[in-house]
Amino acid sequence: MAARRNGCFPVDLDALTGCLASPACLVTQTTSGLIIGMLLFLVAVGLTLIFGVLKVVNFSHGAFYMFGAYFAMTAYQFTGSFALAMLCGAAGTALLGLVFERVFMSRVYGADVLMQLLVCYAFVLIFDDVVRMVWGPEFKSMGMPAAFQVMPLLIAGGVVPPYYLLLIGVALTMAVILGLGLSRTRIGKVIRAAAHNPGMVSALGINTGLIYGGVFALGGMLAGLAGALAAPVRSLTPGMGFSVLIESFIVTVIGGMGSILGALIAALLIGLIRSFGSLGFPLFTEGLMYLFMVIVLVARPTGLFGKEVA
Amino acid sequence: MTELQAGQDGEALSAPRTEARTQRARYLDVSIALVAFAVLAMLPLFFSSKALLDFVIRCSAFGLFATSLNLLVGYTGMISFGHGMFFGLGAYGYGLIMQRTGVPIPVAFVGTLLITAVVAAVIGAICVRLKEIYFAFVTLAFQMLIHSTILSWTSLTGGDQGLRGGIPRPIFLGIDLANHVHLYVMSCALLVLGLLLMRQIAQSPFGYTLRMIRDNATRASFIGIDVWRARLTIFVLAALFASTGGILMALFVSGAYPEFAYWTISGEGIFINMLGGVTTFLGPMVGTVLLLILNDTVTRLTEYYGIVLGIVILFFAIGLRKGLMDFVVEWYAQRRHDAGERG
Repeated sequence: MAARRNGCFPVDLDALTGCLASPACLVTQTTSGLIIGMLLFLVAVGLTLIFGVLKVVNFSHGAFYMFGAYFAMTAYQFTGSFALAMLCGAAGTALLGLVFERVFMSRVYGADVLMQLLVCYAFVLIFDDVVRMVWGPEFKSMGMPAAFQVMPLLIAGGVVPPYYLLLIGVALTMAVILGLGLSRTRIGKVIRAAAHNPGMVSALGINTGLIYGGVFALGGMLAGLAGALAAPVRSLTPGMGFSVLIESFIVTVIGGMGSILGALIAALLIGLIRSFGSLGFPLFTEGLMYLFMVIVLVARPTGLFGKEVA
Repeated sequence: MTELQAGQDGEALSAPRTEARTQRARYLDVSIALVAFAVLAMLPLFFSSKALLDFVIRCSAFGLFATSLNLLVGYTGMISFGHGMFFGLGAYGYGLIMQRTGVPIPVAFVGTLLITAVVAAVIGAICVRLKEIYFAFVTLAFQMLIHSTILSWTSLTGGDQGLRGGIPRPIFLGIDLANHVHLYVMSCALLVLGLLLMRQIAQSPFGYTLRMIRDNATRASFIGIDVWRARLTIFVLAALFASTGGILMALFVSGAYPEFAYWTISGEGIFINMLGGVTTFLGPMVGTVLLLILNDTVTRLTEYYGIVLGIVILFFAIGLRKGLMDFVVEWYAQRRHDAGERG
């Protein structure tokens, strides 16, 4: 913390201003910021949904991202179909989320936060080791599917791989579906009611256990989908979920716990900070995110779009 | 005696007798501390095993850290997920002062505590007004901020390699910390002294103010307690003891590594508290010993340490729903209650 103005601290402002002046670099960095942001959004929106409805902070959410990536890789190796790989990643983690919520998390509702954090902490440790057992401790790679191994697009001189566009498109579609689904459909209304007053909802004859399980499965599925989408462009390793988890926490905290729009905007901001920050502050990119979060929280303790919650 | 019983007994008594009682309790604490120190310090005379002494030194470092975390979690109800940053700060602060300046060890010790106090006051001023889950994650973010600062400021901290080349251990007051037994006795002394001080904080009127804030912060502020200031005070005090633990660790391994400031240290601290129990003062100490034994045995038996540790955590969190010391104390109280009813 102290004396950051020390001259030996790595700062490369020339690279940053140089990039801001060149359209090609601007396009490249913005797209890479967007895909970081979109992946983060998918993970964070699940986190924020689970918190909004179940009032539980799912500290093991990163593991679902990790499982999504590994499931997708395995499915891709067996079938060679990219679509099946995505489906496996999403469906597998949805199932995992359902089982996890019904068997374990449902036992610690109403217990203090410490207990919930501990159960999740236990599963972070267990899931990482399970992946290490099944897939091995070394770095794995799924490889880019053949369909996307085409010439990258050139936009204003900046290189944009077509896969990035797919990724952004899928994430945006999910955002729209979620937003409309929660505000317009009957299920969405029931979910929002359960978030507001679970006792009343259950008195009206609606199975709240099913809603809780369903929301957890949905959150897990979104994280798993993010992992599956990330599998072709990132390397897979046990423990890969944790850094994503921390970042998506930052996103939910900045956006405001429980707010989907907040998560989207915060995720995009974090993505852009990461991609442009890596030019100006190559070794302090992560630090920039934490700094940004601290600044937001000092100004608005409930996040950009958060409501005053207990 | 648990703090709960002490509180109940205290209320039932008239003021002068309470005074005498707390005085007596204080003498009792001091004598227990002296006996504990004497027993620990005599250990090397009977057991020459280096592994045992190493174990006690590690217990001292983590015990101080975990007990200080309990001041926040158990006594004030502030679940910090970034307490490990002060552990790392202690290790790095001490290591850097010793490597760069060559001042005597006590000066470096006090200097490190001063730095910790300043950093903790700044971070605490931002964090302590936040509500529980936000507090947990903002402290976690500060932890990661310090961790990534350590990783990126390579010229000062050695980056991911850590502080290498050993930390000098010059002789002071006839104490030679390069000597294993001297180091051992020194860590026992720091442990016992640190625990005694924390016990005094916990049993002081301020300590009872903290319990009140934990139970009902709104009511505490209604009767005129400055909640923000009390929380900040205990945040800084706890940071100082955690930093002492970090200093001990740096002395022990003669270096400092980024893992000391990583979030897992905080996670382990929370788990130690859970394992031992947060309602008794010595719970975290018991938890530390348990976790280190578990750690040493499991890593010897299997490479899948996480699975075993995770299952143990689940057993405590879902099965027992409380720490070991809490369990023992409640069981004992229940038994005494039953015996009282029968006879």
